[in-house]
Amino acid sequence: MVTATSDSYTREAFETFLAGRDEPDWMTDQRRQAFEAYRGLLETPLDLEEYKRVDARTFRPSRYHLQEKSADETGVDTLMQHRAEYAGQVTHVDGHTKNVSLDLEMAEKGVLFGDLATMLRDHEDKLRPYFMTRAVLPDADRFSAWHAAFWTGGAVLYVPRNVALDRPLHSLIALQTDGAADFSHTLVILEDGAEATLLEETASANNDATGMHVGAVELLVGRNARLRYVQLQNWNHKVYHFAHQCGRVGGNGSLQWTVGGLGSRLAHIHQDVMLDERGAEAQVNGVTFTIERQVLSYYTKQAHNAEDTTSDLLYKEVLRDDSRCIWRGMIRVEPEAQKTDGYQRSDALMLSSTCRADSIPGLEIEADDVRCTHGATGGRVDEEQLFYCMCRGLSRFEAMHVIVEGFFQQVFDRIPTELVRETLSQAVERKLGIGD
Amino acid sequence: MSSILKVKDLHVSVEETPILRGVDLEIKQGEIHALMGPNGSGKSTLAYALAGHPKYEITKGSIHIDDVDILELDPSGRARQGLFLAFQYPVTIPGVKVADFLRHAVSNIRNPERKEGEGLIPMREYRKELRSRMEELGMDPEFARRYLNEGFSGGEKKRMEILQLAMLQPRFALLDETDSGLDSDAVRVVSEGLNRLAGSEMGVLIITHHERLLEFNKPHFTHVMLGGRIVETGDAALAHELHANGYASVRERHPQAAQEQQQADQSKVENQEVPSGA
Ligand SMILES: Nc1ncnc2c1ncn2[C@@H]1O[C@H](COP(=O)(O)OP(=O)(O)OP(=O)(O)O)[C@@H](O)[C@H]1O
Ligand SMILES: [Mg+2]
Repeated sequence: MVTATSDSYTREAFETFLAGRDEPDWMTDQRRQAFEAYRGLLETPLDLEEYKRVDARTFRPSRYHLQEKSADETGVDTLMQHRAEYAGQVTHVDGHTKNVSLDLEMAEKGVLFGDLATMLRDHEDKLRPYFMTRAVLPDADRFSAWHAAFWTGGAVLYVPRNVALDRPLHSLIALQTDGAADFSHTLVILEDGAEATLLEETASANNDATGMHVGAVELLVGRNARLRYVQLQNWNHKVYHFAHQCGRVGGNGSLQWTVGGLGSRLAHIHQDVMLDERGAEAQVNGVTFTIERQVLSYYTKQAHNAEDTTSDLLYKEVLRDDSRCIWRGMIRVEPEAQKTDGYQRSDALMLSSTCRADSIPGLEIEADDVRCTHGATGGRVDEEQLFYCMCRGLSRFEAMHVIVEGFFQQVFDRIPTELVRETLSQAVERKLGIGD
Repeated sequence: MSSILKVKDLHVSVEETPILRGVDLEIKQGEIHALMGPNGSGKSTLAYALAGHPKYEITKGSIHIDDVDILELDPSGRARQGLFLAFQYPVTIPGVKVADFLRHAVSNIRNPERKEGEGLIPMREYRKELRSRMEELGMDPEFARRYLNEGFSGGEKKRMEILQLAMLQPRFALLDETDSGLDSDAVRVVSEGLNRLAGSEMGVLIITHHERLLEFNKPHFTHVMLGGRIVETGDAALAHELHANGYASVRERHPQAAQEQQQADQSKVENQEVPSGA
């Protein structure tokens, strides 16, 4: 069971934190409320259905501290930062904003892109109505409340009505100092008819620094808007990662959300997509690869809240060594959400006899005229496939790797952005120990 | 110097059940051998055992290519020695493009010392070569971009095996019923393809129930398998005779092997009946 009591997050610590922030009153008030919720929720057991498979006994919140000063950036191992021409970039290290850039042309069209604290202060009118009010709610559970009380850096992207960004944006969230806590928050707002692609990655500056991320991602997609969002989680294997992530899609809007889960010691992600109005659609792609003693846990929910909505989720998980991957999925269809088309599937491929994959799909359907399909498969690498490859001169390892890459290919085929496909496939290769 | 594949007194068991009971066979580069025999007589078992399938346990005997003890090598090592098996039932590998797969294969076979991660054969020359081999086999170049055998028809899979044969240019090729499941046009393409490929540098073992493939590739030797042994060896005429008259006369001439074959077939049937009867 997850516990989050800690000396670093006591009332005194919280007051000290607030005193150092110099924030508008409404923000401070919001934080205080969240903190009270957090204190209360610490006493409340976590939802068993969501957390019972996640063994976080080794997690000690008190070991991780907010960093008062930002460290000098010392070359984070980024997979995407230098690979494309971006319309804008933002980097955070240990919860502090390092660099922000945005094309002048985009800025002139009213696009906002930058760090959360500054943006919330300067553009309160536009952003405040969305910040932790509609997607991720502070009182969802102790992690969301903890985050809402202590959030530090994070990226904001706001795209006005009918503005389309022709190039992607990039956000890097890095942990560098040993024992650092990161509470970064991603807030994306696409007004009606807007279009954008945001590629976000989390990474560590070195392989040894321990760290903790208690994050949130909020994606608000307006009517007829199109968002592509990628989050590539690539912390080192010492980081604990907890996150609430939620996307909401308006009428005829579309969200394509790709999740890469490669890093961290232990991660639990609560991922919601909510289809709020007629014609809204969401596609969720997941690629995870765990090795050694990594544990990755996903709790995904596809909520159909209106008629004629579509969701399509595919997670592909590869496991090796003693690692573990847990996927618990749910499609929820409200009574008014007739003509829902919902799909969810998770496939796990196990490369060792000591890894473990749990895939548990679920449906809760209140409407009667819907099409919902779900499936989960789990298995080891097929010996006949290995034999066939070896008969063509591939070594056993090479054969295994070819089969793993083929296994992921089905998700890659759904991702239109070549950069993302390439990055993911390269990250997989690296983890397999081939390529550079 | 021409190489020779030597199989001596080979005994093979699958899950403790003996299937091959002493097979002797010698194939020289440049020779074509036909292997015939009724269903279940052990032809595929021989092919798999030669290729090194882990389920097929060698309980006795030896396999050598020249002085190299093949039994010491895993399937990849055997392939790198120039042994090739065209599968009776080719395996599907989802998400792996034909071109990518074959590039790895070709790189390893042509450079048997290659370790994973080391250079693959240069893209340009590889592409060109693949394209012309495909053309020769009447294959749509689009196939190179498809996933290996995924959604392929039976005939397309067999053609893919021959394409791999063409690209890998083995010293010894074992073709396990490559001609079955093909329409007559496809049999011709495959037969002609094999004929082109199998020059003096390739020893070929053709496992077949049909005659077409042998018409184009006239065997120097025909072997008949029964009850896990090669009971007769003749020339092309024997293949023709078996095809025309069936195996009755072979059974008569080799009553003991025929009986062992029958027992094996029966125990197979009984074993299959247990679960449904229980
Ligand atoms: N992997 C296996 N598992 C169990 N039994 C097997 C296996 N492989 C072969 N056998 C058995 O060994 C015997 C010989 O089979 P094999 O496939 O070698 O025959 P074959 O001569 O190739 O037949 P066909 O002409 O039908 O292809 C059969 O009784 C078969 O059931
Ligand atoms: Mg057979």
